[in-house]
Amino acid sequence: MNEWLDPLLLSRWQFGLTTVYHFLFVPLTIGLALTVAIFQTAWVRTDKAKYLQLTHFFGKIFLINFAMGVVTGIVQEFQFGMNWSDYSRFVGDVFGAPLAFEGIVAFFLEATFVGLWIFGWDKLPKKIHLATIWLTAIGSIASAYFILAANAFMQNPIAYTINEEKGRAELTSIWELLTNPIALAAFPHTIFACFMVSAGLIISVAAWHLYRNQHLDTMRPALKFGLWMMVIAGVLTTLAGDQLGLAMVEAQPMKMAAAEALYHTATGANASFSIFTLGTPDGVHELFSVRVPYLLSFLSTHTFDGTVEGINNLQSQYVTLYGPGDYTPTIWITYWAFRWMIGLGLAHMLVAVVGLWLTRKGRSPKRTWVWKVAIWSFPFSLLAMSVGWVFTEMGRQPWLVFGMLKTEDGVSPGVSGVEILISLIAFTLLYGILAVVEFRLILKAVQKGPDDAPVPDAESGAVTHAATVY
Amino acid sequence: MDLTILWFWIIAALFIGYFVLDGFDFGVGMSLPFLGKDDTDRRVLINTIGPVWDLNETWVIVAGASLFAAFPEWYATMFSGFYLALLLILVALILRGVSFEYRHQRPESTWKKWFDGMIIVGSAVPALLWGVAFANVVRGVKLDANHDYIGTFFDLLNPYALLGGVTTLLLFFVHGVVFVSLKTEGDIRVRARKLATKAGIVTIVVAASFLVWTTFAYGTVASAIFAALAAVALIASFLANLRGAERLAFGLMAATIGLAVLTLFASLFPDVMPASNDAANSLTITNASSSTYTLGVMSWTALIGMPVILLYQGWTYWVFRKRIGRAQIEVAVH
Repeated sequence: MNEWLDPLLLSRWQFGLTTVYHFLFVPLTIGLALTVAIFQTAWVRTDKAKYLQLTHFFGKIFLINFAMGVVTGIVQEFQFGMNWSDYSRFVGDVFGAPLAFEGIVAFFLEATFVGLWIFGWDKLPKKIHLATIWLTAIGSIASAYFILAANAFMQNPIAYTINEEKGRAELTSIWELLTNPIALAAFPHTIFACFMVSAGLIISVAAWHLYRNQHLDTMRPALKFGLWMMVIAGVLTTLAGDQLGLAMVEAQPMKMAAAEALYHTATGANASFSIFTLGTPDGVHELFSVRVPYLLSFLSTHTFDGTVEGINNLQSQYVTLYGPGDYTPTIWITYWAFRWMIGLGLAHMLVAVVGLWLTRKGRSPKRTWVWKVAIWSFPFSLLAMSVGWVFTEMGRQPWLVFGMLKTEDGVSPGVSGVEILISLIAFTLLYGILAVVEFRLILKAVQKGPDDAPVPDAESGAVTHAATVY
Repeated sequence: MDLTILWFWIIAALFIGYFVLDGFDFGVGMSLPFLGKDDTDRRVLINTIGPVWDLNETWVIVAGASLFAAFPEWYATMFSGFYLALLLILVALILRGVSFEYRHQRPESTWKKWFDGMIIVGSAVPALLWGVAFANVVRGVKLDANHDYIGTFFDLLNPYALLGGVTTLLLFFVHGVVFVSLKTEGDIRVRARKLATKAGIVTIVVAASFLVWTTFAYGTVASAIFAALAAVALIASFLANLRGAERLAFGLMAATIGLAVLTLFASLFPDVMPASNDAANSLTITNASSSTYTLGVMSWTALIGMPVILLYQGWTYWVFRKRIGRAQIEVAVH
């Protein structure tokens, strides 16, 4: 058969494409829902017009983004059955439950209250209207928990037993499934990273306007907010990422070895972390590298004399355990994705700290490059998020469910390569066009800046909101 | 009660929720070329579902995920078997969803025309294809011993399934138009009522033929009763609309859709995906379901979660209970 029509390859590309794409919108939904809720709370408490302006301004960006998150999310929900039916048959008893929870507990909450928030400005009392955006934010954060618990089962399968007669995994404890150590560590890591992305957007937007010396009364506080949010979320993302690293070494030592491209087991000073490496194209031989001794040992075990297992060693262990085969992920992807994730994350925290210093006590930097750097905060924080997921998922390969089901065994046997090629082309074109439209609309909303503050009623001081319409 | 039976009917209930709620969204979308004379009219129409289309659409995510959790084999067979049909539904839902949000972002009429077109197509395609899909489930499809679908895309386009598709298309269309008459004021409300009457006659004929075909070819006693009740509700809704009883007409349309879905599920029971080539390959509530433990966990979640969900969704509809007219749109647009 023509290798371009290999259903496995095409299904993997489609899942990768649609998932990475979906997760460009989700971090903003999660981060901006909270941000908007905070601005609106500030407005309700202080009655200051600038907070209402910021609520509307970032609310508009949030909504343009939100629709894309919703519609691309349905694809994710359907795709397990469409392209990975053998996977669905094998793990549905375990994996389906957190997805159903996500729908019942989180998505309904999010979808219902976001409608109330958008259209409820003139229909609900002030505080109840405020509650609707908080419930939207809570719904979006809760959905992340359930989907990460489902994903954690693929990284670190627990709470199941194999039913030989039915040939599938069956759930033994929902509690254990939902408190998978990987989920407990991945959840804060992901959520705080979402806040970093949203902070990146706020910094970019505020810097763009401040650089042009406009909308100072709203964009100055917005910049300060974004910078602090980046620093705090950055520290928390790092701490949670450290915990996730430890849990990962425990559950998937191969992923850590692949993150470092560590072929031979190393201890102490030899378990070094390379910041940069040049190697032969196959990645096996190293030509040049910049290394920090002990760091990999510390990241993996929190001690300086720890031992980190190498790829070769793990590979032979896995052959003994699971039979002949290649159990190594694609090393150059895991190696570089891991570095870009960490590097970009740390760079953003640095940018934010410098930004706070430069803008201390109301100062406004005159140098152009300062603003230019700040404006790039958003795309690069989003990139950091994406490569982080590429690392997590590519590092799991060749497994679909680690140690249990290989990716090649999960694909739908009844769906032809042609059908998947059709859907892959359809999604690529559709998503590509929508990305352009989406980007332009957000850019337009951003560049327009916040609307003027509504004028409060002269007698009562109350602000009347216009009805929202599509 | 056996949990697999319970979950069979919960799945039915979730799809009823989805079709009753997103059904009128589809109908409103499809009514744009018939009722939307100018941009303000079209905005009135879109705003009747503005605050709720997203929560309505979420029902299909919950129905799909619950199907995955409660009947993984059913989910796997149906979703991989109906691959291209579901692809079309997904593309349509994406186009429709973003269009609601994007349409009003720019004032140019070509911009709006594009998104109007996508709302119409994005509403009609799922309205048609969900009917085709479920009619095929009832009719039975070719399955191998692993329960994988072995027919082609064109096998799904048989006369019975196509009639099922046209039935859901028309039912959702009338449902949406009646919803417009219930939610708008002024001229558009009157025109919606007239359109519901015209479309209602065709719908009664088509839906009746589909229900009769279902009853005689695949029916049981229970499904026949549901089919008869669905027909009665549809005719009653038609009469209520004629007399201008909009709320009653809408309620009866919702009942019609609910009873039609029940007709299909009652015809299926206890199969969930009958194999037309070899009955031994059929998926049933027993061989397609999850373990008793998983179904138990899911039952508790649904038992606690669903009443709360129905409460806050009901409250949402109450908050947005007011009719919408051209005046509100013109004021809001300035």
